[in-house]
Amino acid sequence: MRPTDLSLAQARLALDARQISARELTQAYLDAIAALNPRLNAYITVTAEAALTAADAADTKLAAGQGGPLEGIPLGIKDLFCTAGTRTTAASRILGDFTPPYESTITRQLLRDGAVFLGKLNLDEFAMGSSNATSAFGPVENPWSRRNDPDTRLVPGGSSGGSAAAVAARIALGATATDTGGSIRQPAAFCGVAGIKPTYGRCSRFGVVAFASSLDQAGPIARDVMDCAVLLRSMSGFDPQDSTSVDMAVPDFAAAVGRGVRGMRIGIPREYRMAGMPAEIEALWSQGIAWLRDAGASIVDVSLPHTKYALPTYYIVAPAEASSNLARYDGVRFGARVAGADLTELYEKTRAAGFGAEVKRRIMIGTYVLSAGYYDAYYLKAQQVRALIKRDFDLAWAQCDALLTPATPSAAFGLDEKQDDPVAMYLNDIFTVTANLAGLPGMAVPAGLDGQGLPLGLQIIGRPFDEEGVFAVAGTVERAAGFSARPGVIA
Amino acid sequence: MSVDIATIKRVATLSRIHVEPAALPGLAQEINAILGWIEQLSEVDTTGVEPMAGGGATALRWRADVVTDGGQAEAILANAPDREGEYFGVPKVVE
Repeated sequence: MRPTDLSLAQARLALDARQISARELTQAYLDAIAALNPRLNAYITVTAEAALTAADAADTKLAAGQGGPLEGIPLGIKDLFCTAGTRTTAASRILGDFTPPYESTITRQLLRDGAVFLGKLNLDEFAMGSSNATSAFGPVENPWSRRNDPDTRLVPGGSSGGSAAAVAARIALGATATDTGGSIRQPAAFCGVAGIKPTYGRCSRFGVVAFASSLDQAGPIARDVMDCAVLLRSMSGFDPQDSTSVDMAVPDFAAAVGRGVRGMRIGIPREYRMAGMPAEIEALWSQGIAWLRDAGASIVDVSLPHTKYALPTYYIVAPAEASSNLARYDGVRFGARVAGADLTELYEKTRAAGFGAEVKRRIMIGTYVLSAGYYDAYYLKAQQVRALIKRDFDLAWAQCDALLTPATPSAAFGLDEKQDDPVAMYLNDIFTVTANLAGLPGMAVPAGLDGQGLPLGLQIIGRPFDEEGVFAVAGTVERAAGFSARPGVIA
Repeated sequence: MSVDIATIKRVATLSRIHVEPAALPGLAQEINAILGWIEQLSEVDTTGVEPMAGGGATALRWRADVVTDGGQAEAILANAPDREGEYFGVPKVVE
């Protein structure tokens, strides 16, 4: 068995038993990155030297029996998390060579627990996108390809495309990611790996480049459900530096993975059965329902009547918040600057040159819906519909303990597809965006392959702060699915 | 609500993003397509519905109004594109 074959949980055991050193494990990943990253473009920055230094320190701790829960585990970090002393780009030109003088809370906690950082992972610019095509550092390639069309390069999904592709190709053992409308779950599904967006407030947003603050939530992407549980525990917890962080005990998520679903009520939201849904997605969903019923859950038909309004609501709320959050990129305090005759011209030229087309589009939509005369018709209306979407879930929880849905409306698509029509691209998040609007935990688990041999995922949505319930269902789906397919590009 | 070229120009100015005049019609078209799709929200009856502002169920926490940090001028200026001593450098603002 090669070092990169080990899951995070397996690597933990091998490291603790000193069957492998942290340096050997880290070197194996660095070698894999050197071999595969030129093609996949999953990393924007590789911090090889720092990784080996950290691995050596981990070996010292492990030898002394003082290793943390992630001691010596090599991770990739989405380049939206500020890392002290390492350039952080948000995949945008406008940040230039911005090198944070401080560490995000999540990466600080991962370092506290002994993790080794391999580098910074590619993403859609400012996490705005569903294909990783909006990155200023070029697109990421999905390590999977279609069986009868192996030459067409597919997208890894987005915005955490680098995170999902790196985990799938085994050039990271696990990765951090963020999810504003589906940016953890959609790429995880497209790349055949697992990913969870926890409840809003579970993970600190301090030091994570902000996109839409009331929707943004960080979480892990990893090879399987157990690895996600281990990573999420280290990432979670109260942080006084984030005013929306919730002061609640962090459960042992890993203990819930094997708990099973006997006695649980699983809701199947009827509005998620969209017209024109591909037969393969429909079949996978039915299969998932059967797996959970066989495992002892009762299946309940539920209604979430405002589902169809979730995406249009999102495309008011998220751009509005983004237009405010991205006002800070002005070419004055950090990042790239384009000179201007006066301060206003400096701002306008800097932002014109620094932001990509999709980011500009969203800033302008956000500015428009917040502007005088339109605020009530758009922004206030969207906040009201958002309240109705949340109420749909609140009512559903009277009938069920968790929901099962497809993760995405399709498998991964080609790099050249859907790029000309923003609305078609936005529809990727149709099943995931509701959990962001309502602040709920949601997880994508690989559950099968389509006719082209591409991975498809199922999504589990849970009650607020019931990530354990989500892990229990996800673990059951994972065991029933026995998903063992591997992508063509893999270390 | 269809957005015309003049409105797009105004929004670009409010957004502090320079847009070449030649790019305005294309941008107006893209933004109108998105706004047209968003328009379906008008069919939802939201009479008396309290707007949901934040992402969480809990109210925002208060913190003590005290200084917790300071003396970080070098760290703060380390990424500045232009600086003059302990200040950010910008084009002349006051004539």
